[in-house]
Amino acid sequence: MKKPDVLTGEYFVQGNFALAEGAIAAGCRFYSAYPITPASSIAERMALRMPQVGGIFIQLEDEISSLMSVIGASWAGVKAMTATSGPGLSLMVESIGLAIMTETPCVIADMMRGGPSTGQPTKPSQQDVLQVRWAAHGDYEIITLAPYSVQEMFDLTIKAFNLAEKFRVPCFILADEIIAHTREKLVIPEPEKIKTVDRKKPKVPPEEYLPFKPDEDLVPPMSCFGEGYRFYATGLTHDESGHPDMSAKTQRELTSRLCEKIRKNKKEIITVEKYFLDDAETVIIAFGTPARAAKETVKIGREKGLKVGLLRLITVWPFPEEEVAKIVSEAKLIIVPEMNQGQIIREVKAASSTAPIISFPKVGEEPPTPNEILKIIEKNTS
Amino acid sequence: MSRLKIIRNVIVIPERCKGCGYCIEFCPRKVLVFSENFNERGNHYPIPKYINNCIGCKFCQNICPDFAIYLEETEKVEVS
Amino acid sequence: MKESIKHLTNHERKHPLDSYLRKGMIPHIWCPGCGNGVILNCFLQALKELHFNLDNLVVVSGIGCMGRISGYINADAFHTTHGRAIPFALGVKLAKPELKVVVFGGDGDLLAIGANHLIQAARRNIELTVILSNNFNYGMTGGQCGPTTPLNAVTTTSPYGNVEHPFNAVYLAAGSGATYVARWTAYHVRNLVDSIKKALLKKGFSFIEVISPCPEIYGRHTKHMNAVEMMKWLKQASIIQNKIDPIKAEITQNIIVVGEFVDKEKPEYTDLIWGKIGKVERTYHKE
Repeated sequence: MKKPDVLTGEYFVQGNFALAEGAIAAGCRFYSAYPITPASSIAERMALRMPQVGGIFIQLEDEISSLMSVIGASWAGVKAMTATSGPGLSLMVESIGLAIMTETPCVIADMMRGGPSTGQPTKPSQQDVLQVRWAAHGDYEIITLAPYSVQEMFDLTIKAFNLAEKFRVPCFILADEIIAHTREKLVIPEPEKIKTVDRKKPKVPPEEYLPFKPDEDLVPPMSCFGEGYRFYATGLTHDESGHPDMSAKTQRELTSRLCEKIRKNKKEIITVEKYFLDDAETVIIAFGTPARAAKETVKIGREKGLKVGLLRLITVWPFPEEEVAKIVSEAKLIIVPEMNQGQIIREVKAASSTAPIISFPKVGEEPPTPNEILKIIEKNTS
Repeated sequence: MSRLKIIRNVIVIPERCKGCGYCIEFCPRKVLVFSENFNERGNHYPIPKYINNCIGCKFCQNICPDFAIYLEETEKVEVS
Repeated sequence: MKESIKHLTNHERKHPLDSYLRKGMIPHIWCPGCGNGVILNCFLQALKELHFNLDNLVVVSGIGCMGRISGYINADAFHTTHGRAIPFALGVKLAKPELKVVVFGGDGDLLAIGANHLIQAARRNIELTVILSNNFNYGMTGGQCGPTTPLNAVTTTSPYGNVEHPFNAVYLAAGSGATYVARWTAYHVRNLVDSIKKALLKKGFSFIEVISPCPEIYGRHTKHMNAVEMMKWLKQASIIQNKIDPIKAEITQNIIVVGEFVDKEKPEYTDLIWGKIGKVERTYHKE
């Protein structure tokens, strides 16, 4: 009798345990990592569990090789993830760029600790929230989910895999030492109640297959190694055939699509929790551990008759600009508690600007010209 | 009485040649020389001027970095 | 002069390895006389002689001139980041052990930025074939010194002579645990094809170093001012010494010891991992 892979039931466990079980429930069968506090207990759980469900656990020589092997495994058709903390994330940065450029579905969990450098290995922080957004060089959009409870470590890990597979993008789970190590109730549902998503496969024969030709949703179907498509993928700027192409046009089209496939699907990707916001005059905007305190603040405040509410960012990237902008325009006071010197507040401020700010992106080889800029001014002031 | 004769020809794909000269220099029987003509890239490419000396070792084919030269062998039955 | 090539149209001139080359990618980007082209040629020849099914092959490369090789082979291929081809390949091999995974890289890619991955993969004895094109310098970026540049050699970043001692790649790989180790030069095409065939069939980590002429870049700094001169040097300096201890596999300006140095058996990593998974799964579901 084969035991089910999903351990349905109620548990009192650490966040890292929930994350590992969430990954298994999502279909992850390849986990590769390097020991680092406070993510090591994810590796320990995976080392025990992966072979039980017919999956691979490996510990490699550093975080670079960990993420690279995850990318390799993903291209071999297996759902794959790694987990780390700040210093390891810093080492992964170049490989994150490769995953973005080659549109590799994979999940990276960052259990934030205090930095910079070795910082506070055993203490929580939210100092990597901008790093996960802008880790790699180049232009792109990324997806980041921020669990605030042990239950969400499970639930959002499944969601992270689903989004990574659907949009062919590395997806971050951004938590911190407190959520990683806190023990609380976890409910693992029946396997049939867990929704999982698999990447799109090509519908054309190999001779017609262009590995980076997108469908209407801007996501290209993905063939994997050994399926007879004999595709070529590269971190170089490439056209739809996957072949390197250094032209301005291809660079523009590729980076635009890498951004647009996320931006156009924000509705599906972004989730926020609105807590007592309907009549709130004071709004707390928070994610992760500070959102736990913020929720408590709202409860206490409401008891005292204060019109206070919470906007909890479950999706941190892409940033829920519209949701934040709406709240900010209606509130009298905004408070942004976060475990850093003030990082996500920059996004809150950017979302709440009153004067229109116009983006003029131009990529490839030609820099913006004065005339082009002038045209934009004329168009928006006439 | 009949005997089998192998007809050898060295085929060059001029547009692929970058003119490194390996095939000409290292041919053990000195079958090849540079052409007087240029290819589109502006290189002199090899031609099998002394094809009758060819022993079919394929060294030219194997050492060519540009897949621009290969040996073709056909069998011919000669009746005498 | 009557030229025999004129008897054939372009369409008729089909190189025997054309079906192994990715369509539309030849001519490659490498300079005239570059050893990388010879290595590619020998690799494809080895595949042909083995009647290798290209659908079961994955070619992985890093950055540098040799990094571009993955684009030229008509198989699943991935061009990764600098030095990271081996850990990528490791992920592929573990996830789909039935595939043959081959890694190509230059001396900068495999012995400088990616050296740790090379020795760790050799230590694990994972079934990967790693083919190193050693041209003694960073060709793609214009001829800087690197981990195999000879002591005192002049390059663009060692204008007064290199002050570093070079790696002996075969000794490094053998010492790290590789179960097949060979070195040839780009001149030794027949030996190289045979070694690649053995490496492709090896159940374990196989490593082949190919001393590769770089006439356009490295040649500027040496007396070998053209491709033929450089290849002649490789031919003349080489001494075939099969089966000798890799520590004795000397590599200097005057002597390049080539041959097959290691061919031994040791439990293989993919087998060990999947063996363990099978065992755990069986016990787990019985409990």
